Amino acid sequence: MEILYQNLSNIELQHVIMWVIGGILIYLAIAKEMEPTLLLPMGFGAILVNLPIAEADSGVQAVIDFLFKIGIDSHELFPLLLFVGIGAMIDFEPLLTNPKLMLFGAAAQFGIFFTLLMASFFFPELKDAASIAIIGAADGPTSIFVAGQLQSNYIGAIMVAAYSYMALVPLVQPPIIKLCTTKKERLIRMPYKGKKVSKLTKILFPIVVTVIVALVAPDAVALIGFLMFGNLIRECGVLNSLSDTAQNVLANLITIFLGITIAARMKAEDFLQWQTLLIMGLGLVAFIVDTFGGIMLAKIMNLFSKEKINPMIGAAGISAFPMSARVVHKLGLEEDSSNFLLMHSIGVNVSGQIASVIAGGLILALVKGILGM
Amino acid sequence: MNNFIVALVGYAVVFLGIVLLMIVVTIIGKFFSAKAKKAAPAPVVTPVEEAPVPAAPTAPGSAGELKLHDVEPKTAAMLMAIVADKLGKPLNELRFISIKEVK
Repeated sequence: MEILYQNLSNIELQHVIMWVIGGILIYLAIAKEMEPTLLLPMGFGAILVNLPIAEADSGVQAVIDFLFKIGIDSHELFPLLLFVGIGAMIDFEPLLTNPKLMLFGAAAQFGIFFTLLMASFFFPELKDAASIAIIGAADGPTSIFVAGQLQSNYIGAIMVAAYSYMALVPLVQPPIIKLCTTKKERLIRMPYKGKKVSKLTKILFPIVVTVIVALVAPDAVALIGFLMFGNLIRECGVLNSLSDTAQNVLANLITIFLGITIAARMKAEDFLQWQTLLIMGLGLVAFIVDTFGGIMLAKIMNLFSKEKINPMIGAAGISAFPMSARVVHKLGLEEDSSNFLLMHSIGVNVSGQIASVIAGGLILALVKGILGM
Repeated sequence: MNNFIVALVGYAVVFLGIVLLMIVVTIIGKFFSAKAKKAAPAPVVTPVEEAPVPAAPTAPGSAGELKLHDVEPKTAAMLMAIVADKLGKPLNELRFISIKEVK
């Protein structure tokens, strides 16, 4: 009879807390539709790895650990493959018609570097502070890649924070944007000059970006290379079926496994620490400062430019694609129902994607150099 | 101190990299658009046989693929944004072929 109730006696309070956390993630995914593709597998995985079963008896644990080993621990395979799909989804045309928008992508990485300084007050190890700061990249795969390469002790909490805040962009950004801009600024119209971009330019773009990023931030080559490979498949015009597969089948498959694999680092003993709450707080700071950085650059540019820029588009420089662009577009419409900012904000948003990868690569290079990794 | 250096150098180099990219992309864009203009054949004057049918105006940002029939570009842009929003999909993943006002 003992075999029937022995697992009941193994239940501990920390397991129950993790089930509740898993349940909350599943609730947010289903009821609030917040990044359901990741929060749902993560939530279920959090329950799965915290069942009161002795590890030796649990095949589940072994499988999830194996997925973690091959998908994240060993060369960050999953985030890189996911980047192929993301690259195939992105249309860089709005950016190519107005390359000036790229600057906002750079400005909106301010949160990463500000958070690095903040995190160093609480986390003495540079590798942890840097991994936490990269939540500000607003880019799940980049966060996983950097935290994995730096072998941070808090990879589980970092992943949860990164994906949660990406999902919360529609809640986090609007109040910050409104706080940092005046009504007059939010009403600024930006006519869209829909210049035609040649096919050759679109094909050359991913190749040129890869080469330049390799020169500036060699550690970001894997990320940018896979992202741009996906984009080249999309733009070349002769691989439509591969592009379709990358955008849908590949991205969906990897997302399923990525979500549940992240749960490997959500075991109660690793996750239930006061540092997890701190990481969530620092992640929020990173997103807020990113938004602030993008808006401020637009305001500065307006001091010198004849053609005024709606400062709200600066906020789309965080790379949460395409949520951030949509948020800015909606806020523009709220102020003036005929002010369409979508094409500009999408341009800024995709530049944020590139800038966040460069920032991730630089953080990696600098931290590895300092720590001699 | 290390953290401060990483933050400062990192942010500066991100800007440097992006500015470099911006310059290269601008040059490439200008080069190819100039080349395309040169390559475009000079208009040949031919006797008018029949009046050409005016093409329907295209909407902004549609890359010339969207045909508008009795619809203002502004209205079309708004419709596309609404459809994208309702579907929960980014505009660049949707393809609009034509928009026609039903009278």
